[in-house]
Amino acid sequence: MDEILEVLEKDARLTPEEIAKMLKKKPQGIKEAIKKYEKEGVILKYKAVVNRELIKDTDSLVRALIEVNLTPQKDVGFDKVAERIYSFTEVSSCYLISGTYDLLLVVEGRDLPTVARFVAEKLAPLENVRGTTTHFLLKKYKEDGVILKHREENKRIAISY
Amino acid sequence: MKNIISKKVQDMQPSGIRAFFDLVLGMKDVISLGVGEPDFVTPWSIREAGIYSLEQGFTSYTSNKGLMKLRLSIARYLKNKYNLEYSPEDEILITVGVSEAFDLALRAIINPGDKILIPTPSYVSYGPLTGLAGGIPVYLETQNDNFKLTPKKIDQAADKKTKAIILNYPTNPTGVSYTKKELEGLKKVILKHKLICISDEVYGDLTYDFQHTPFATLSEAKNSCLYLNGFSKSYAMTGWRVGFACGPQEIIAAMTKIHQYTIMCVPITSQMAAVEALDTGRKSVEVMLREYRRRKEFFIHGLNQLGLVCRKPEGTFYAFASTELTGMCGLDFAKKLLEEEKVAVVPGVAFGAGLEDYVRMSFATNFENLKEALVRIENFLRKKRRNK
Repeated sequence: MDEILEVLEKDARLTPEEIAKMLKKKPQGIKEAIKKYEKEGVILKYKAVVNRELIKDTDSLVRALIEVNLTPQKDVGFDKVAERIYSFTEVSSCYLISGTYDLLLVVEGRDLPTVARFVAEKLAPLENVRGTTTHFLLKKYKEDGVILKHREENKRIAISY
Repeated sequence: MKNIISKKVQDMQPSGIRAFFDLVLGMKDVISLGVGEPDFVTPWSIREAGIYSLEQGFTSYTSNKGLMKLRLSIARYLKNKYNLEYSPEDEILITVGVSEAFDLALRAIINPGDKILIPTPSYVSYGPLTGLAGGIPVYLETQNDNFKLTPKKIDQAADKKTKAIILNYPTNPTGVSYTKKELEGLKKVILKHKLICISDEVYGDLTYDFQHTPFATLSEAKNSCLYLNGFSKSYAMTGWRVGFACGPQEIIAAMTKIHQYTIMCVPITSQMAAVEALDTGRKSVEVMLREYRRRKEFFIHGLNQLGLVCRKPEGTFYAFASTELTGMCGLDFAKKLLEEEKVAVVPGVAFGAGLEDYVRMSFATNFENLKEALVRIENFLRKKRRNK
């Protein structure tokens, strides 16, 4: 993978000038490369990783992992029905997977009944959906390589040879 | 009361910058560029192996030489990486970091009055340990050669009483390293004077611009070379204290004699973790190296722009910068920078004579800190210019 992408994946706030210095390249070249990645959809968006566990007094979110069994369709396989499912704003992630079921969804809702209603009223009745299993998320420890903890203090002594 | 302490120890020079170190350690919220160890924690698989070994009840002594399993892994690693062959039976010794390996090596070979060549700037322990072992350190200054040791320097310094030379590359504190061709040049004079070469290559894995070449891989060099390495820098395992010495059976046996009476063996937990490091840790080393390389480019560029001139390190995570253009000596620069902007660096005088105008700055700290440190140094220098 291009090292520009590697550093941006770690810290999207780096400026092209900083990346240029790090990688010993011209800032203009970095700018152009990033623009190209954005245009091609390699870089889709930039966002902060928020630890929701630490946010108090706001609408808490309930998350569920939902396994979905589908009947594939002629010519388009799972793609068409998957599109119908992932287009719901309640669905935050959608993966086609191998194994005993076909789709794995991450669904978010204001509370448990909201998610349950989504499954019962929107998801399960779909024509090609043969069955669903819902797992509510109890605690998040790590997400996308980030461990959801307070920043750790520095354990090194401040000066040494 | 004075006679309680041995003459040898009384003669050891206390570090001239101990007071400065105490100053740093007493301050809070310092951005430290003064640290001689990686800012990464030991990769989890390695920590996990240490924990598991404790759960399994591995709490005993090991062979004096170290766990056979670890010596085998080291032999395999050196063979694969450098085509360098050592017998795990009698040519490898596991030590408490490279520091212990050094002490053992010097004590094993030095007769009273033997001279040891030490290129400077050098790591702080080489000179004092040589003295403690009864040897005479002979310092070879390199600042006029862009911090690179030259064959001529060795040739001029070596005489009949010279027993060994200490090499350390990539070098702490300058980041200098040597290509194979340069090493061949050094080797010629080292062999000519029949010196033992004690080669501290603990930063070997942290080489940026070319392949690291162990001195022992040069033709005809192996029989007079001690290869020292450890897990501290490349696997971010400083606190585990595991290093190793590889060399001719005769020297390793002599070192093992001392080691068995002083240390007995390296803690088994650390040895078990080191086995895991060699088994599965290579990927982590590569990731860390790429990160260091990016920081290096960014940081060295920044320092040079601020007028803190430094050569680009070929290895290690150190920048050795000249404070000459600031009008301050390294120690003043370090003290004032700490007091006024809370950035800690190590004054060059710690690493040898004639280095008054230098400071060592470590880029083994995260990118945000490096960026902030450069901003603070810039503020500091601007204020100094205004007050002139």
